[in-house]
Amino acid sequence: MSDAVIKVENLTRRFGDFVAVDHVNFEVSAGEVVGYLGPNGSGKTTTIRMLLGLLEPSDGNATVLGFDAFKQSEEVRARAGYMSQKFAIYDDLTALENLTFYGGVYGITDKARITRTLELVGLRGHDSTLTRSLSAGWRQRLALGIALVHEPKLLFLDEPTSGVDPTARRAFWDLIYELAESGVTILVTTHYMDEAEYCERVGIMRDGKLLAMDTPSNLKKNIIAGDVWEVYADPLEVGLTVLPDVEGVLSVSLAGDHLRTIVERGKKKEDLLRELKRGNVNVRDVVVGEPTLEDVFISLAR
Amino acid sequence: MNNLLVSASNLKKSFGNVHAVDDVSLQIKAGEIYGLVGSDGAGKTTTMRLLVGALKMDAGEANICGFDINKQTEDARAQFGYLSQRFSMYEDLTVLENIRFFAEVRGLKSNEWLPRCNEILEFVGLERFKDRRAGQLSGGMKQKLGLASALVTKPRVLLLDEPTTGVDPVTRQDFWQLVIKLVSQPEKLTAKSAKSAKPALSKAEVEKQNLSDLSALCSSEISEVEEGVSVLISTPYMDEASRCHRVGFMKAGKIIAEDTPSNLRARLNNRVLELRGSPLKLLRHVAREDEDVEDVQAFGDRLHIRVGVDKAQGVLSRLKAKIRSEGGAVDELRVVNPVLEDVFIALSESNHE
Repeated sequence: MSDAVIKVENLTRRFGDFVAVDHVNFEVSAGEVVGYLGPNGSGKTTTIRMLLGLLEPSDGNATVLGFDAFKQSEEVRARAGYMSQKFAIYDDLTALENLTFYGGVYGITDKARITRTLELVGLRGHDSTLTRSLSAGWRQRLALGIALVHEPKLLFLDEPTSGVDPTARRAFWDLIYELAESGVTILVTTHYMDEAEYCERVGIMRDGKLLAMDTPSNLKKNIIAGDVWEVYADPLEVGLTVLPDVEGVLSVSLAGDHLRTIVERGKKKEDLLRELKRGNVNVRDVVVGEPTLEDVFISLAR
Repeated sequence: MNNLLVSASNLKKSFGNVHAVDDVSLQIKAGEIYGLVGSDGAGKTTTMRLLVGALKMDAGEANICGFDINKQTEDARAQFGYLSQRFSMYEDLTVLENIRFFAEVRGLKSNEWLPRCNEILEFVGLERFKDRRAGQLSGGMKQKLGLASALVTKPRVLLLDEPTTGVDPVTRQDFWQLVIKLVSQPEKLTAKSAKSAKPALSKAEVEKQNLSDLSALCSSEISEVEEGVSVLISTPYMDEASRCHRVGFMKAGKIIAEDTPSNLRARLNNRVLELRGSPLKLLRHVAREDEDVEDVQAFGDRLHIRVGVDKAQGVLSRLKAKIRSEGGAVDELRVVNPVLEDVFIALSESNHE
């Protein structure tokens, strides 16, 4: 047997003629932080709902923590935590009261355990702060605390850091990595590329299909068919019409003050400069850019 | 004359004892996309609401295409197109009917908005769907409808409040291409094309003919200096910020830094290293211990390490050996181009009070 915490085989869900999730296969091991990336409507939430046993698969099956996700959904839910973007936190209760309330829902009355959770998410000292006066970053931590109060082995996070600034976001992720190191398995669904970058492996969903799943670095290396170059040139619009016709240029897009291009590996910078000059584009600079998961997504989608 | 379409100085707004906007000055040129970047509660939305006159400022002034928002509120407002994050549209009306509604609410007659509407729908790629009900549109198409509605009054200044939340990357890229084209090809869709056509009439202008003359004068003056629209966009996302011409980082009601994305990134040139290897936990601890390392950021399968000025070479040579001596493995360690997120974090830290 593998130590897979989540094992999904040919998982499929249809709504009438619409195939929301289409023969998806993947495995997640204990302590992994895995991202599930895709736009709204790509089948992310439907997958999660099947993993939590809230929805019956039309085909295939999902095993979560060794249990059949649908037939033994009670077992799964007792051991899994779920933090949603739109999680209901009571604004007029304090941080501690919110945790105590949700602990009670799971049958946890041990005060020490509630305090421990508060400490884990770094909210000690804010025990008696009314939730409505917490910043977005702190609320996010409270929502995480609520998802963790019953000490789950598996944690689902739905766009956990959308709307919080980078500083608060990385503090949140440091917490997630600590949880993972202590053995908690984490599945993050998101449509933000930024957020997916924090995951050890990322699966890319589109139209119900899992198009790829690998580490961010491998996805960038294997799926983007070239190198990223940033072209600083005047006028940009002319560059935008000239560049796509240059041999070896795979894609061109406008990015504010430069053109972002993906160019076949091995293509020489001089060739690009020559063609641009011929098209009466004045090039100020061409620098190597970093590939992003957005490039990966677009390469897969087009 | 200058070609500033938005010029705000020393804006202040407090709610009780919270300084939501604290001495913000902001200038946006024609043809410029300005990104207001910061977290929830940094003051982005309040700044936007002050600029459109939806909130009264405690102090400061804002000038929109020559109109003072405090004194000539209606005329200043008539220059704006606004796409909010939660753009409201009538789901049981068609695309065209929605645009018509927005046009007429803004005081346009059908001979003004209808010809223009086709042009806009073609621009945003919705011409084939103009008879489809808004409720039947995909998320990306809804967003394009929002943009089309915001454009129908020929705004000189377009405000986009977190416009790409919840749309997929392909649509998002398309949306950005539209916005960038909009500012770089102003003759197509914005007030400049009004040379031949009649200028758009706002409600106030219809009521006060003399003001309408003033407005026409203003826009003809502006078009002589070859101008387009200005776009002000708010976002908490760094990848969006990097697409803007200029970016203002907001924190606690203040703009703490403002520059082009490339200049902002250049502040950290040769100071960001990427480290890939295993185990990440060990790499993180070793990197944090190095005295020349200012900051370590973990990503899923790698670390970004910020080092002091001129410290990159030293850290590069030390770190590898140190990690190996503690039993870790290094797959790759190199200097990378800083991204805006690195800059934001560095700035936020240096602004702790």
